[in-house]
Amino acid sequence: MTETLNGKGLALIPRTDAKQTLKDFKSDQEVRWCPGCGDYAILAAVQSFLPELGLKRENIVFVSGIGCSSRFPYYLNTYGFHSIHGRAPAIATGLATSRPDLSVWVITGDGDALSIGGNHLIHALRRNVNLNILLFNNRIYGLTKGQYSPTSEIGKITKSTPMGSLDKPFNPISLALGAEAGFVARTIDSDRKHLQSVLRQAAEHRGASLVEIYQNCNIFNDGAFDTLKDPGTRDEITVRLEHGQPIVFGTGDNERAVRLSPTGGVEVVRRAEIADSEILVHDAHNPDPSLAFALSRLDEPAFDHVPIGVFRSIDRPSYDQLLNEQVETATADKGAGSLADLLHGGDTWTIG
Amino acid sequence: MTKQVQQLDRVIIRFAGDSGDGMQLTGDRFTAETAQFGNDLSTLPNFPAEIRAPAGTLPGVSSFQLHFADHDILTPGDAPNVLVAMNPAALKANLGDLPKGADIIANTDEFTKRNLSKVGYDGNPLEDDSLAEWRLHAVPLTSLTVKALEGFDISKKDAERAKNMFALGLLSWLYHRPTEGTIQFLEAKFAKKPEIAKANIAAFQAGWNYGETTESFSVSYEIKPATLRPGTYRNISGNQALAYGLIAASVQSKLPLFLGSYPITPASDILHELSKHKRFGIRTFQAEDEIAGVGAALGAAFGGSLGVTTTSGPGIALKAETVGLAVTTELPLIIVDVQRAGPSTGMPTKTEQTDLLMAMYGRNGESPVPVLAAATPSDCFTMAIEAARIALKYRTPVMLLSDGYLANGSEPWRIPDLDELPDISVLFTTEPNGDDGTTYLPYRRDPETLARPWAVPGTAGLEHRIGGIEKADGTGNISYDPDNHDKMVRLRQAKIDGIDVPDLTVDDPDGDARVLVLGWGSTYGPIAAAARRVRAAGHKVAQAHLRHLNPLPANTGEVLRSYDKVLLPEINLGQLAMLLRARYLVDVISYNRVRGLPFKAAELAAVIQDVIESD
Repeated sequence: MTETLNGKGLALIPRTDAKQTLKDFKSDQEVRWCPGCGDYAILAAVQSFLPELGLKRENIVFVSGIGCSSRFPYYLNTYGFHSIHGRAPAIATGLATSRPDLSVWVITGDGDALSIGGNHLIHALRRNVNLNILLFNNRIYGLTKGQYSPTSEIGKITKSTPMGSLDKPFNPISLALGAEAGFVARTIDSDRKHLQSVLRQAAEHRGASLVEIYQNCNIFNDGAFDTLKDPGTRDEITVRLEHGQPIVFGTGDNERAVRLSPTGGVEVVRRAEIADSEILVHDAHNPDPSLAFALSRLDEPAFDHVPIGVFRSIDRPSYDQLLNEQVETATADKGAGSLADLLHGGDTWTIG
Repeated sequence: MTKQVQQLDRVIIRFAGDSGDGMQLTGDRFTAETAQFGNDLSTLPNFPAEIRAPAGTLPGVSSFQLHFADHDILTPGDAPNVLVAMNPAALKANLGDLPKGADIIANTDEFTKRNLSKVGYDGNPLEDDSLAEWRLHAVPLTSLTVKALEGFDISKKDAERAKNMFALGLLSWLYHRPTEGTIQFLEAKFAKKPEIAKANIAAFQAGWNYGETTESFSVSYEIKPATLRPGTYRNISGNQALAYGLIAASVQSKLPLFLGSYPITPASDILHELSKHKRFGIRTFQAEDEIAGVGAALGAAFGGSLGVTTTSGPGIALKAETVGLAVTTELPLIIVDVQRAGPSTGMPTKTEQTDLLMAMYGRNGESPVPVLAAATPSDCFTMAIEAARIALKYRTPVMLLSDGYLANGSEPWRIPDLDELPDISVLFTTEPNGDDGTTYLPYRRDPETLARPWAVPGTAGLEHRIGGIEKADGTGNISYDPDNHDKMVRLRQAKIDGIDVPDLTVDDPDGDARVLVLGWGSTYGPIAAAARRVRAAGHKVAQAHLRHLNPLPANTGEVLRSYDKVLLPEINLGQLAMLLRARYLVDVISYNRVRGLPFKAAELAAVIQDVIESD
């Protein structure tokens, strides 16, 4: 089996000893999101986290689709490609596969990644292309001014759904796990420490990393994640997943725990009511995605308890690694290609 | 018994059978033998899109036509001299194309009551007089094959399956083809099943021996090798030539080739071929859909690869948005469209020239793209390199048109020496190009070509962002300025208009023809063959063929205006004619047939003659 580069995810990318700061990663372009948009917080978090990686700035590329979040690359002083609605994972696949020396980041939103680009997303994930995909989920269409999105809750009243939306939303984490993505995580725009910790782990994971970032759209869907941010409710509903740790959340009398349910999934129970040994210990490295999938369902039906953190981080060869190995194997077996030999291969005859 | 040997200058054979009968393989092998012998040749495979249409039915008929001669020829031929019909459906489907007096070799074993009624024959045409005007050779191909293979440890089904090799052996005897190549081929093909290999070789030899001994064939034929330009030749199909051209372009540009593609008839063979040649540093990526195929190719181009995507018409429709992105980001990209009959799914295995206007204009906004079209199967090699040259030099997506006829048809190809191939190497930009010596301006153009610089990720100091939003001239920053947009629209157009393409050359032996017959793409062979016929009949006609459709050669208008009449046959409803009329105000006479098949030389000769003779 091919040795994976997991945990050494940045090994192929040239490093620099020069000291980098947030300023190095700011481009000269004026940021043009609405005042108060959650994207500002994410941009600041990314700009201040990138220097930590110690990578040569010229070997970092941000590729985006279309939507508010997709303006992101313009504001970073790295290489950047603002592409087509939904197609960023496809474009980034060609780049990352042909250039294993690049750290490639895809910036996308819930409409871009899950509606028009759903196909590319699941295929990039299943192939394990070496990409860090940051999915800014605000549960609404912002740039087109407020239509419901594929993550909007059923019954959402918007310009295009005055009587309420009818379709059941995607849970991006469940979708990514269904596609057997190797690294799947969720974080929140307002929690910079958690956000940066997840980004760090995603960067270090060689292969496809999907990071869902709950992001507030203060114009068209303000307060969508308030219960996860309000100090009064935050700790009661946020389930912080940490590898190797029992899954518990809530405070005081309301402390709760997650355990296996008799129906094959997981369930939330009052912590005081069960023995410690019954509490599910989170194993992000479990090769079987079933439990991670079950955890991703905990926010159902109504955001009563929402897991954040790394759901899954497993080791498997990345697509670029496998493809480039085939190129190397073909070359090693038969030598580098000779054009003259190729053209003269097969049956030939000579005249004159 | 000594048999008579007759000399011929050319022959057209059509092998026809059920799609499971191995007719394409039989045709390929006869072609290989013929190429080896040194005849000039041209082939036309014709098969249903269904992998196994119901056995014995008309929709299930698969055929392979081969024209070979002792002189240079241009088409697979209009009408077969010989039809090999493996079953009643094959006879019925092809008889209409067969001139009276032609030979029919029919497999009598398949002319059962059931098979006959399946295709609507009341009686058996091999036994009544209905084929009296042809020369019928009724041969029990299946039972002769089974009998010849009695001693082999194989199933009856496998023995019956070898009947195509029996037929190939018989035809190889009839036309004095060399046999070693086929024997070697069978040994290699069935290397893991030696008994099957031996049986097929035995069937092939039994067919040859049958020809030698049976009274059903009293004459065999010799067609002397053709005198072609000195050189080393091989037989090559359009798809193979195109794949080889892309590999050559990668070598000549010193850029790794990245192919993003989604399987589609009739383009898939280019993906198959390129995926075999990874030791050239080629990365092939079978994408999840057409859009991802071109997207990945464009992403690879951004990273400094020679990005290519291959498809057919419906796929081009899906790729349009990404081609537009390549136009505005001004990255090199090759888009190959192996045209097929449309609209929509159309007839996937049939040929057409109906994507020209889509290639030219099938995108939103003013988004000019160079368009090239190969003229013959082997020309696909040359035009693939030309597409890469233009894409790299001008930093633009390029549409390269082939079609089903070129893709699957084949012809002998004089293999070029490597030093005949153009050097298309490019230099990535590695230094700031701003006047201050420190900034990088991704849209500061080369004043001569108007191409923008190409700085790839990994180049320190040249970090920049590109995208689909309109860019400010020079800096490439987002710009909604009205005058800037007008300027950029015109710059992008001027860049494409200024591409250096060779002048249109005219073939006019006497220099005083008053009628020009013009073509583009795969109609080259039939048009040139028709022009020869017209001249042989004592008329004068000039011929010219466009391989660069956007921009058109600079002298196109001058050429068109120097003839009294310009005739333009196209396998569409007049797409190039419309462009030429609009551009040059020349009253081009269109001739259009959209049957999914190439033109016939005789058909076009008659049309040319009509135009010459009409006032």
